[in-house]
Amino acid sequence: MCETCGCSITDVSHAVMPDVMHNHEYPAPVRTETVEVLKGLMHANDHAAVHNREHFDRSGVLVINLMSSPGAGKTRLLERTAEALGDRFRIAVIEGDLETENDAERLRAGGVRAHQITTGSACHLDAHMIHKALHEFPLAVDGQPTDILFIENVGNLVCPAAFDLGQHLNVVLLSTTEGDDKPAKYPVMFRAADLVLISKADLLPVLDDFSVERAEKSLRQIGVETPMLRTAAGRTHELSAWLEWLESSLEAWRAAAA
Amino acid sequence: MHELAVCESLLSQVRTLAAERGAESVGTITVRIGPLSGVEPELLIQAFSIARAGRHTGQARLEIESVAIELRCRDCGAESGAIPNRMLCSNCSSWRVDLIHGDEMLLASVELHLGRSDSNDAQSPDPGDASDV
Repeated sequence: MCETCGCSITDVSHAVMPDVMHNHEYPAPVRTETVEVLKGLMHANDHAAVHNREHFDRSGVLVINLMSSPGAGKTRLLERTAEALGDRFRIAVIEGDLETENDAERLRAGGVRAHQITTGSACHLDAHMIHKALHEFPLAVDGQPTDILFIENVGNLVCPAAFDLGQHLNVVLLSTTEGDDKPAKYPVMFRAADLVLISKADLLPVLDDFSVERAEKSLRQIGVETPMLRTAAGRTHELSAWLEWLESSLEAWRAAAA
Repeated sequence: MHELAVCESLLSQVRTLAAERGAESVGTITVRIGPLSGVEPELLIQAFSIARAGRHTGQARLEIESVAIELRCRDCGAESGAIPNRMLCSNCSSWRVDLIHGDEMLLASVELHLGRSDSNDAQSPDPGDASDV
């Protein structure tokens, strides 16, 4: 009798192959097989990202993933952008933070549709979080479609670069209160950018250690032609180059989708 | 530190594969990582030692194959190596380059332990039976 497999119970399969099942003393060698896979490590995330992108395309919404280190001015830029765009485009924002609803509340106070994702301790947003948010935050309200959805990622120049969310474009902010060599320090993030914004540019006259030329050189040295524009969303509200870029990106994306 | 999330994604792919092939356990998992993948090999190994616990992968081993950066210059056509923050053509110093290799983050292969050679008989009512022999 064998207690391990419970084969004392009468069973047809044991009746026809008793020797095989009871050959306990001389186990055959373990067979191994090496399977070639060659799939991305982020297969599940990438699959969800493709699904999100299809949903955005069907809804006619251009989706822009905004990334930077904490405090570079992402939320402020969005507040000012919404003000400046007024009724020209309908925008919506998905906010990612570890904790608090603060950023979404700031945007809502300015009349912007905003949804907050709190990630707990996760240092990035992923495609599943966006998918889930979309179930709670419809892209069209009262039959009115959204033109541009901004996803404000968790402030972090490392991890968000590894997760495709289904966005169409990545915008990375580099504020003048940071080092102008950030592209050299975070090449993966800056290589992922479709546009780099030098934010808080109105502070340049009072800062003696940030050079836009050096920042641009640092960006070119990581082997990308990504455009670099300046914004000042604080007191001076200098956003014209950014707003033009947004408008032409939306136009180009719609032309390509048509 | 998103390496734990990357590991969990990797292990869920590996466990699905192991279940599909009826494997009892997983041996060596080989991944290919480039310096521009955003994943730090040492952190991945640390994260793996925590994340591997569970069905099929409790004793699995992670092997990382490093992939070097390789560029092709759009100006002069030369192919050359580079480091992440100096991605310039080594022939003409142009920054107008295309990345050929270096951002890989691939599950290359998985070694599956399929059990004893006599345990794969179709008549066995439950694969768990023979596995404890």
